[in-house]
Amino acid sequence: MKRCLRILLIAGALCASAGHAHAQKMIQIKGSDTLINMVQRLAEVYMQKNPGKVIAVTGGGSGTGVAALINGKCDIANASRLMKDKEIAQAHEGGIDPKRIVVAIDGLCVVANVNNRVNQLTVDEVGKIFRGEIVNWRDIGGADMPITLYGRQSNSGTYEFLKEVVLKGDFSPRTKSMNGNAQIIEAIKQDVSGIGYVGVGYVKGESLNVINIASRPGGEYTSPLNLSAVRGGTYPITRPLNQYINGQAAGDIRDFILFELSGEGQRIIEEEGFFSLPDEYAGFNRQNIGAK
Amino acid sequence: MNLSRFKEKAIEGVFFLNGLLVVFVLLGIFWLLIVTAIPAFREIRLTEFFLNHVWNPTSYVQSSYGIISLLVSTLMVTVGALCIAIPLGIGTAAYLSDLASPRVREIVKPIIEILAGIPSVVIGFLGIVLVGPFIAKVFGLYNGLNAINGAVLLAVMALPTIVSLSEDALKSVPSSYEHASLALGATRWQTLIKVKIPAALSGIIAASMLGMGRAIGETMTVLMATGCSPAMPRGFLDSIQTMTATIAIELGEVAYNTTHYYALFGVGLTLFVITFFINMASDIILDKHQKMAR
Amino acid sequence: MNGKKIKEFLGFAMLRVCVGVVGFILLIILYDIFSKGAGKISLEFLFSMPRKGMTEGGILPAIIGTIIVTVITAILAVPLGMGCAIYLNEYARNNKMTRLIRMSIRNLSGVPSIVYGLFGVVFFVQFMRLGTCVLSSGLTLGLMTLPWTITASEEALKNVPRSYRDGSLALGASKWQTIRTNVLPYAIPGMLTGTILGLARAAGETAPILFTGAAFYLPFLPKSLFDQFMALPYHLYVMSTQHHAIVKVRPIAYGTALVLITLIFLMNLSAIIFRYQLRKRRME
Repeated sequence: MKRCLRILLIAGALCASAGHAHAQKMIQIKGSDTLINMVQRLAEVYMQKNPGKVIAVTGGGSGTGVAALINGKCDIANASRLMKDKEIAQAHEGGIDPKRIVVAIDGLCVVANVNNRVNQLTVDEVGKIFRGEIVNWRDIGGADMPITLYGRQSNSGTYEFLKEVVLKGDFSPRTKSMNGNAQIIEAIKQDVSGIGYVGVGYVKGESLNVINIASRPGGEYTSPLNLSAVRGGTYPITRPLNQYINGQAAGDIRDFILFELSGEGQRIIEEEGFFSLPDEYAGFNRQNIGAK
Repeated sequence: MNLSRFKEKAIEGVFFLNGLLVVFVLLGIFWLLIVTAIPAFREIRLTEFFLNHVWNPTSYVQSSYGIISLLVSTLMVTVGALCIAIPLGIGTAAYLSDLASPRVREIVKPIIEILAGIPSVVIGFLGIVLVGPFIAKVFGLYNGLNAINGAVLLAVMALPTIVSLSEDALKSVPSSYEHASLALGATRWQTLIKVKIPAALSGIIAASMLGMGRAIGETMTVLMATGCSPAMPRGFLDSIQTMTATIAIELGEVAYNTTHYYALFGVGLTLFVITFFINMASDIILDKHQKMAR
Repeated sequence: MNGKKIKEFLGFAMLRVCVGVVGFILLIILYDIFSKGAGKISLEFLFSMPRKGMTEGGILPAIIGTIIVTVITAILAVPLGMGCAIYLNEYARNNKMTRLIRMSIRNLSGVPSIVYGLFGVVFFVQFMRLGTCVLSSGLTLGLMTLPWTITASEEALKNVPRSYRDGSLALGASKWQTIRTNVLPYAIPGMLTGTILGLARAAGETAPILFTGAAFYLPFLPKSLFDQFMALPYHLYVMSTQHHAIVKVRPIAYGTALVLITLIFLMNLSAIIFRYQLRKRRME
C-alpha cells in the first residue's frame, strides 16, 4: 500500500516536472472535414521530407477551425467556405488578422443511392429538397418514397456553403446531422431513400449515384466528377477550398503552404480526388504569402 | 499541552475546509453556468428560449434559440429508457433479493457491476454498429439512428443504478414484514408483490429517479446514436437531438463569448437545474423511506 | 391453492427472465466487441503511432493519453476525496453544514458530464488560462470523480469498527493520533479500492475532455502538462463518426473499444485483488 502511494507520488512529480517544459512546437491545423483527408496526407508527406517539423491536423468542421483561429488556438484553419464578415470582425477584435489561401477546388456532390433512378436535378430543385419543400422522390421523377435528408452539422463549411449558395434559406430541421462526409456516404449507401452532400474527394471509389446538376431548368446537366466542368465553372456548385492563417504566411507555415501549392502538393490533392488550382488563383495566393 | 490542542484544531480545520470544498465546487459550477449564460439573455428573450421550438443559432434568416424541441427529445428518450429499465431493473433486483441463492448472487452482482463500468462512448458505438442496424431491420427503416435506439441504449446505462439501489431498498425491508406475511399463509411471490415491494416503494422510486437523472445527463450515447435532427420529433422512429448532444455538437464551433456560446451555457444551466431537482426529489423520497424503515 | 402456486411459478419465472435479459445484454456487448476487436489487437496496435491518416498503425498515443489524464485525475480526486471523507466520518457533527456537504456530494454525482465539460472550458481553459491541454482535462475529470472517491472512502472508513477508535481514545490518544494510527491503516485499502473504481470510470469519460484538451490526431506523445492529448474514448468517438474513411477504420474502432473496456476491467480487477490481498494480510 505504501508502495502504491509512492508510485502515485512519483508519477505526480514526473507530471509536474514535465509541466515546466513548454508545449510542443508545431503547426496546428484545424477545421474542415472536407479538407482533412487531403491536408493530413500533405502533412504526412511534408513531415517525411522535412524531419523535425511537426504538423498536427485535426477536424471538427470549418466552423471549429475558424473558431479556433479566432480564439488563437490554431495556426491554419481549414475552411471549405469563406469566413463570414461577423467572424472576421471577431478575429480583428481579438487581434487576429485572417488571410486566405486557396489550396484546391471542389465540385460539391449531391449524392443518392445507386438504386435510385433520379440522377439529374436543377440547382433550384436541390435547394427545395434540402429546405424540406420537396418531400417525396416521385415529385422529381423518382419512386414513391419520402426523401430522407442527410446533412452535416452546423460546424461544417460544406453545410454553410450549401446554405448560402444553393438553399438561400435554412436546412429542413428533419435533416439527420452526420458528423462527417464519410458518415453521410455510409448512410446513403444503406438508404435507398436518402440524399446528401459531400466533397468530391469522398466519392472516389464509392458506389454512389452522383447527381448531375443543371444551373437552371432546361440547362445542361454537368457532373462534379468532370474536371473541365468544375474548372470551367459550368458545374454550378463549385467552391474553393481555403486555408486561413493569422497575418501573412511566414516561417514554417509559409514553407508548408508553398509545399501544398507546389506541383507535388497539387498532385497529392488530385490523388485524393479533389481538383488542383487553376492558374487564376496563383496571383491571389501570392498576396498572402509573405517574404521569407 | 496548548500547542497540541492547537495542532488538533488546525488539523480538524484542514479537513473541514476539504469538506467545504465540495460545497464550493457545486456552487461554483452553478454560479459559473449562470454567469456565462446570463449574457445570452441580453439578446434572447426568456420566452423565446423556453417556449420556442426552433433551435437554429446559425440560421440563414433569423437566429433562433428555442429549446423546446431539444427538451422534448431529451424527455422522450429518457422516458423510453425508463420504460425499459424500470421493469427490468426491479425484476432483477427482486430476483437478487428474494430468489437467488448466494452462489447465483456471486455471478449476477458482478454482471451488474461490469455493465455499470462500460463507458458511454462504447455503448454509443454499439448503437451505431449493432443496435441501430437491428432496429432498422425490425421496423423496416433505412436508418436506425433514432429515438428508440437512444432509449434502448440509455436503458442499458440506467439499469445498473436502478438495480443496485432497488436491491438495497428491498433488502432494507424489515424481515418481520416478510415473516408475518408468510406466517399468514401468503406465498413468497405474494409476499414480494404485496408486502416487500410496496414497503420498499419509496426506495425504488428514488432509484428510478437517479436512473432518470443518469439518462437525462448522458451525452455520448445520444450524440452517436440518435441521428441528431433538431426538429420536434413526431414519434419514436424519428431522429432526435437532445440538449446534451446539442452542447457537444456546437461548443466546438462557437467562438468564445458570442451569443451562441452563452446560449449553450443556458442549455447547460437548464440541464443542471433539471438534474438538481431530480436529485433533491430522490433525496427527499429516500429520506422518507429510511425514516419508515426504522 | 393451485392458483396461488401457478401465480408464484409464473411470477418467479418473470423475474428469472429479467435477469436473463440483463445477462444477455452484457453477453452481446462483450461478444460483439471481443469478436470484432480481438483480431486487431497486436503489439503493433498497442505500441505504435497511427499512420496514413489514421487508417493504419496503432493507438499508442490514445493509450498513453488516457493513462496520463487518469493520473492527473487521481492526483486531484484521491487526496481531496479522502480528506473530505475523513472529515465527514470522523469529525463532522450532525449539523446543517454537514447535511449541506452531503447534499452537495449527491448532487455533484448527478451533474451531467457535459456540464462538467462546460465548467472546464470556462474555468480551467479560459479563466485560469491553462488552454486546452491534458492538465485542463485532468482537472475537469478530477472534479467529476470527486463524489465517487468521497463516497468510496467514506464506506471504507465506516467499515472500521468503532471499537478501534474508542480503544485508542480511551488510552489517551488525541483524535488525529487515533485517526492516523487506528483508523487510516485499516481504511486506506478500502479507500484505494474505491478510488480506483472511480478512476476507472473517469478513464472512460469523453464529454469532459471533448473541449478541454482531447485532440483528433497528434503525431507525437504529450511531453508536457500543457500539450493536447489523444484519449481512448475520444479516439473511439472520432473513429466511428468523424473519420474520413469510417468503414475502413471500423476494425480500428472495435480494437479501440476493446482496449478501453479491457483497461477499465483491469483497473476494476486490480482494485478487487488489491482489497483481497490486503484483507488477507491483515488476517495473518
